[in-house]
Amino acid sequence: MLEIIRPAKVYDVCIIGSGAAGGAAAKVLTEGGLDVVMLEAGSPVNPAKDFKMFTWPYELAHRGAGVGGDGYNDFGRTEFMAPNGSWTIEGEPYTSGPGSNFRWFRSRIVGGRTNHWGRIALRFAEVDFKSRSTDGMGDDWPITYQDLAPYYDKVESYIGVFGSKENIPSAPDGIFLPPPKPRCSDLLIKKGCDKIQIPCVPARLAIITRPVNGRAACHYCGQCDRGCVTASNFSSSQVLIPPALATGRLHLITNAMAREILVDASGKASAVSYIDRTTKTEQQVRAKSFVLAASACESARLLLNSKSRAFPRGLANSNGVVGRYLVDSVGTDGAGYFPQLEKMPPHNHDGTGGMHLYVPWWKYDRKNEFLRGYHLEFGGGRVMPTVGQFNGVGYQFQGYGSGFKQRCREKYGTVIGMAGRGEMIPNEQTYCEIDPEVVDQWGIPVLRFHFKWSENEIKMAKDMQETMKAIIEAAGGTYLTRTATSGQNPYGIMLGGEIIHELGTARMGNSPKTSVLNGFCQAHEAKNVFVTDGACFVTNPDKNPTLTILALSWRASEYLLDQAKKGNL
Amino acid sequence: MNALSRRDVIRTLTLGTASSSVLSMIPLQAAEHVHKMIREDKSKSSSGSYSPKFFPAHQYKTLQSLCQTIIPADGESGGAIEAGAPEFIDLLTSENEDYQLKLGGGLLWLDSACRDRFGKVYLECSSTEGKEILDLIAYRESSNQDPNLVYGIQFFAFLRDLTADGFFTSRIGISYLKYMGNEALPEFLGCPPLPEP
Repeated sequence: MLEIIRPAKVYDVCIIGSGAAGGAAAKVLTEGGLDVVMLEAGSPVNPAKDFKMFTWPYELAHRGAGVGGDGYNDFGRTEFMAPNGSWTIEGEPYTSGPGSNFRWFRSRIVGGRTNHWGRIALRFAEVDFKSRSTDGMGDDWPITYQDLAPYYDKVESYIGVFGSKENIPSAPDGIFLPPPKPRCSDLLIKKGCDKIQIPCVPARLAIITRPVNGRAACHYCGQCDRGCVTASNFSSSQVLIPPALATGRLHLITNAMAREILVDASGKASAVSYIDRTTKTEQQVRAKSFVLAASACESARLLLNSKSRAFPRGLANSNGVVGRYLVDSVGTDGAGYFPQLEKMPPHNHDGTGGMHLYVPWWKYDRKNEFLRGYHLEFGGGRVMPTVGQFNGVGYQFQGYGSGFKQRCREKYGTVIGMAGRGEMIPNEQTYCEIDPEVVDQWGIPVLRFHFKWSENEIKMAKDMQETMKAIIEAAGGTYLTRTATSGQNPYGIMLGGEIIHELGTARMGNSPKTSVLNGFCQAHEAKNVFVTDGACFVTNPDKNPTLTILALSWRASEYLLDQAKKGNL
Repeated sequence: MNALSRRDVIRTLTLGTASSSVLSMIPLQAAEHVHKMIREDKSKSSSGSYSPKFFPAHQYKTLQSLCQTIIPADGESGGAIEAGAPEFIDLLTSENEDYQLKLGGGLLWLDSACRDRFGKVYLECSSTEGKEILDLIAYRESSNQDPNLVYGIQFFAFLRDLTADGFFTSRIGISYLKYMGNEALPEFLGCPPLPEP
């Protein structure tokens, strides 16, 4: 049997994961003077080589469709997105319980999913921290908006977010760079919104419209999801990891798949055992404190797989809460055809990645058929032609020949897509656990997901569909989307996990009986263990989580730093 | 900037990302420059001949003919063949068993259907005969008259989607659509005046 090498070196902190949470922790802790080691399950990223900025589809062998056209069904498999993540990773399965169908998008690369995320950067509102007090469902957070606001300020100032001050209670203003001018598609949707009195305001995206901290301003190619070679949008790999490395106090170990957190005889976390993917050997790294930032479900998996005499149900899981309270966002999409866009003169429509305007939650002042809220995103128009764009046209027009070719051109740029993204309330039937029978290629037991939408989410999806239709029709368009009212996905509600906002699997709270972490993301049962990614969330309001992950991880890291300096860890 | 070779620029970029003292950031002009050079390299290396990876010669010729019929050349641009659509389709098909079944099987179905009707394979049919069979399988409604056409209709719909993708993601297809963009702008100009509906 191979000897596992137990190194003598003990780091101050070991961070597991290099995405939003891990990057923020690395920056704060190293700049605070601590000696940090970071484990990343994937490979290093080289933006200049790996990101496909400015690439035309015809410059790629498969026109972007991916090997065998895999990208048609999995956007992670397109050549534009590679190598940033996928719904499936060879050799690393996950399973779903009976009657459940959960999809899990994972990245194995430095920076994780921040390399390609939508850059939507919305602050939670005051009410989002007080759900139970407000409507009796779910739970309140142990912290308030006021606790987090200074960290939203720090994060926005550092990473750069464009937006505008609007004084909307459901969408607090932040520190914003000027927003870009609206595209034609944005203006059309706004016209519809104005008619039916729905607010439509500049979007808030982590894309810099002015130079920030030595990063060049956006050049408006509209390709943020491919990764930005000039780092003009936020990714952990380009904005947080480099300054942490610059301190000389970050040791980044890539291709290191964390398997288990080991505890010493007194029950205190003391080392991480990981698999070196390149040599397929087990290694260990020792530290005084641990920051789990591997993504909500990976961090839960790591805690659950860290069984010891002190923690027979998994580290920090005596109460069985780890893996529970899993949520994603409610999502349903729609699209409209706008004949007036056929006459639009050709022009550069690219802009930034993502929408320039959006619809914040506006029905917070009335009683609705469902609890909580949602926002609307939209896009379309004269975007760069890509594979898959004309499939619907073929179905609609049928036929072939010159007429078909011309109709495709008339139709190009005339469709605007919309997306509703809303809050899911945690329920008993939605959670993840360790599958008792399946391990991945590294020998690590995998997650099994259980997922169910409740009536509240279905009613919200119905409202989204009705609103998208109303806006598109008010704007002079034809609503193209048809959804069933029952069955597998009523009102087009997406599968659990598909919005890639999975959160809540090691939630924070005041009571050690019903939560895993305190308000500083510190485990109740293991003071030197912190979970600063989406696992710590108590609720998942309609504000895409990355900005809040950054703020929470920044805040937790400052606390960790303070505690470490006081010798409390 | 023009004096720099592509390798120089790439090396600069790589150094930039490897050196941990700065944010991995490169000047906008450098990114543009790399982009332009990559494009020039590609245009130099494009060769006229292509050896199909999946389809045998006869089937590949049939595929080419169908693609060009779906999106023909006209006064404004070349057609699907000039756009490289058959190469794109052949490459994906060589890697995907489902495509092999749909397209390989579909092409054989088409030749059989032509043999039944006209006593010869599709490529040997006259233009009138070819049009007659395509006019049947290019429309879903045809299956109301003859349920046996469903196979052909499904095949043709699948091929039409791939041909459109192949054409409209090509250099000539993108230019035919008059897409403008994929370049670095100092400022985004927004929407020109919207025409009245």
